[in-house]
Amino acid sequence: MRVGVDVGGTNTDAALIAGREVIASVKAPTSADVGSGIVQAIRAVIETAGVGKDSVTAVMIGTTHFTNAFVQRRDLAKVLAIRIGAPASRGVPPFTGWPDDVRQAVFGGSALVTGGFNYDGKPISTFEPAQVIEAVRQGQAAGISQVAVSCIFSQLNSEQEIRVAEIVAEVAPELSVTLSSELGRVGLLERENAAIMNASLRPLAAVVATAFADALRQLELACPWYVSQNDGTLMSAERLRRHPVLTFAAGPTNSLRGAAWLTGQTDAIVIDVGGTTTDIGVLKGGFPRQSSVHVDIGGVRTNFRMPDILSVGLGGGSIVRHVGDQVTVGPQSVGFRLREEALVFGGSTLTASDIAIASGWADFGDRSLLSELHELDVAAARKVMSDIVADAVDRIKTTADDVPVVLVGGGSMLIQEAPVGVSTLHRPDHAGVANAIGAAIGQVSADVDRIYMIASTDDREAAFAEVRQLATQGVLDAGGLLSELEIVDLEAIPIQYLPGGATRVICRAVSDLASTETDA
Amino acid sequence: MTVEIGLDDIEDLAIGSALLGTGGGGDPYIGSLLCREAIGNFGPVRMIDVSQLADDDAVFGAAAMGAPTVMIEKLYSIEDQDRAIRALERYMGRTATAITSLEIGGCNSMMPVAYAAMRGLPIVDGDGMGRAFPQLQMTSFNIGGVKCAPMTLADEHGNVVVFETDSGLKAEELARPLVAAMGAAACMSCYPMTGSEARSTLVPGTLSAAIAIGRAVSGKRHADLAPVERLLAALRELPLYGYANCVFEGKIVEVERVTRDGWVFGTCTMRAPEPSHDAVVTFQNENLTFSIGTELKCVVPDLVMIVDTETAHAIPTERLAYGQRVSVIACSAPRQLTSQEALDVVGPKGFGLDVPYTSVKSLLA
Repeated sequence: MRVGVDVGGTNTDAALIAGREVIASVKAPTSADVGSGIVQAIRAVIETAGVGKDSVTAVMIGTTHFTNAFVQRRDLAKVLAIRIGAPASRGVPPFTGWPDDVRQAVFGGSALVTGGFNYDGKPISTFEPAQVIEAVRQGQAAGISQVAVSCIFSQLNSEQEIRVAEIVAEVAPELSVTLSSELGRVGLLERENAAIMNASLRPLAAVVATAFADALRQLELACPWYVSQNDGTLMSAERLRRHPVLTFAAGPTNSLRGAAWLTGQTDAIVIDVGGTTTDIGVLKGGFPRQSSVHVDIGGVRTNFRMPDILSVGLGGGSIVRHVGDQVTVGPQSVGFRLREEALVFGGSTLTASDIAIASGWADFGDRSLLSELHELDVAAARKVMSDIVADAVDRIKTTADDVPVVLVGGGSMLIQEAPVGVSTLHRPDHAGVANAIGAAIGQVSADVDRIYMIASTDDREAAFAEVRQLATQGVLDAGGLLSELEIVDLEAIPIQYLPGGATRVICRAVSDLASTETDA
Repeated sequence: MTVEIGLDDIEDLAIGSALLGTGGGGDPYIGSLLCREAIGNFGPVRMIDVSQLADDDAVFGAAAMGAPTVMIEKLYSIEDQDRAIRALERYMGRTATAITSLEIGGCNSMMPVAYAAMRGLPIVDGDGMGRAFPQLQMTSFNIGGVKCAPMTLADEHGNVVVFETDSGLKAEELARPLVAAMGAAACMSCYPMTGSEARSTLVPGTLSAAIAIGRAVSGKRHADLAPVERLLAALRELPLYGYANCVFEGKIVEVERVTRDGWVFGTCTMRAPEPSHDAVVTFQNENLTFSIGTELKCVVPDLVMIVDTETAHAIPTERLAYGQRVSVIACSAPRQLTSQEALDVVGPKGFGLDVPYTSVKSLLA
């Protein structure tokens, strides 16, 4: 049996899963220290299920902690950025394009050293260890604890980034090093940004990883535990300490994957109604449809693969207002203060939840407190809510055909009727904890993204064989099973304006975790 | 009329030039960072109308040449652009008095602005394409009889090549392997010309046009309209483009790409919610044709823009993907590109297409 946990800003959810069945699920408030909320949620779900601790084979945790920390510029460390590739790229040094406030929080110096590679693998200039040592010494003198290393075309050849890590380990072993080649894809600035963001989060990652481990120890759970990544797959505690940035999109991804698992739908629209927003995503073959554009996180440009999510300002806490003779719902929300501010809880703010209760769609709080509400206003607010959803569904749809929709999230009672263009409306049990379920069903994956010179079909086959092999090895290294391994993406993208068939080849492999195989 | 390009204009220029790139021209993002940096350091850039050029002004074209995928790895430096221009100045024995863009579509809209800021020189409101094209000879300068070379190429190491050729096409043929040898991303200067030559051959008004298009799409103008309508309104206000229509709205159902001789050829098939005939855009780096069923509706040099229906932002050919909701905007090309001499270079024939050029206005009539 697996326990999936979703640590959100407000609630920590847990779900216990055996094979294709949800044994139990619970919600508990998120604690300021992260750990005690997790302890409470896991303890509650195990007790509710009435199973022994020994039967838990793995715990998977999804968290928005790092995204929130970066967006709110909280608990960030200063980072020394070292870029290899001078004299190329010098017009656009590290931290270019960062908003002032986050730059201020994270900037710990930057150095551009010689080295780096051209597209064909030839060196740009000679790599000089002395330049790296000089930069590191300066960082040390400034009291920096984190180093982010990037290198031109390092996704083609990571050898010099690794060399820098070795040099740092020699001359300043107290510094932690993040390599861009371990995080990003083609696009130096975006890959480097990911490395800097990651480095800034590593001290926090150490705290959080320790809190997770302590929580499990306190629960006397001896099983391995994992953390959800952007793509719905899992990473180890050790990887979390090194690469916290890979958790950035885990929230929406887990919700989509959880929705797929709960309903068996592999191609559907998923509507996740929360307290403040409704997030709408698309499942394609059981995986979230990825966004094709650059994603800014906290104002910093990255090229992470993120699910394509459309967010609209409708949730259980959305404030309902009269504007002239119109009724509006959201985007302002009372958020986590719903239990103090909503009318049904004795507060003074009319919220979308009050409308749902007045309409008989849900039953919580004190219904009699809604007796003053005018039926016409309630009907008008319902109409506004259903229009918001219908419009959003239409915007994200990819075919003219009617599509199935899966409703999840704590505020899903706000949607009662299938919007236009929807074939079936699925409202699965445990929909309120879809994120935790998404975490529990996580697999392991590996991505490869390289440039090859492809002049013939043989070259192409050789390149494909190599990336397949590398991705497969990556999955095995991450603890995946060879027997369940699947190549889910294999793509060759020719590079424009270059003779000689320079081609970017992308491969992605996914498999089940060896330690969860027995109950799959 | 003299106006300035300041920090506030850069994002609009990026949005507008990506649209005029008609699927190609490269992502203006890196260039926009260089512009911000240069304008931040040296102040806003004076943008002058072609009519303000004196006959003996020395106008130099500035641009980056290379593979967009490589450009986003190696980035750029304004010093390399400086080396290219200075070398051409030395070779010509003339000092630049104004800078011009060769290609307003895509990333090459940005470097000249950044460079003009650095040199404290004015930038001419215009360019050599009025859009994006993949090759050096495909400019209104060449069509109007201005020589592409002598031209220079500079890499990040200080290597500079100066060469002369007998034609724009030969300049393209020589430059391409040189750029590859320079790591597939280099800075160049070409089409050095006098003020009077610039006046008679430049596609005028394209720089201010790109900014105006960006301002509309980002909602600073025509805020009451939907994004695609804002884009159309902006294009129709510009005498340069004049005729513009949204000719299709639907979803991408198939994208095919093949690579030949360093170019990416492909087709993008789209389907509308109301079943009719599928619409197809063909591209060679930039979008070349748009048809519905078997009927051709727009062909190069007229502009075919595939935009995100939601935002009206350009979607470059390399980012076209199944399922995207797109609108296709067909727009007439600046008149400099549609004369018989021009069509031989930048018309269907210049791209090896076996169709005669018919203006989008008559194709849609």
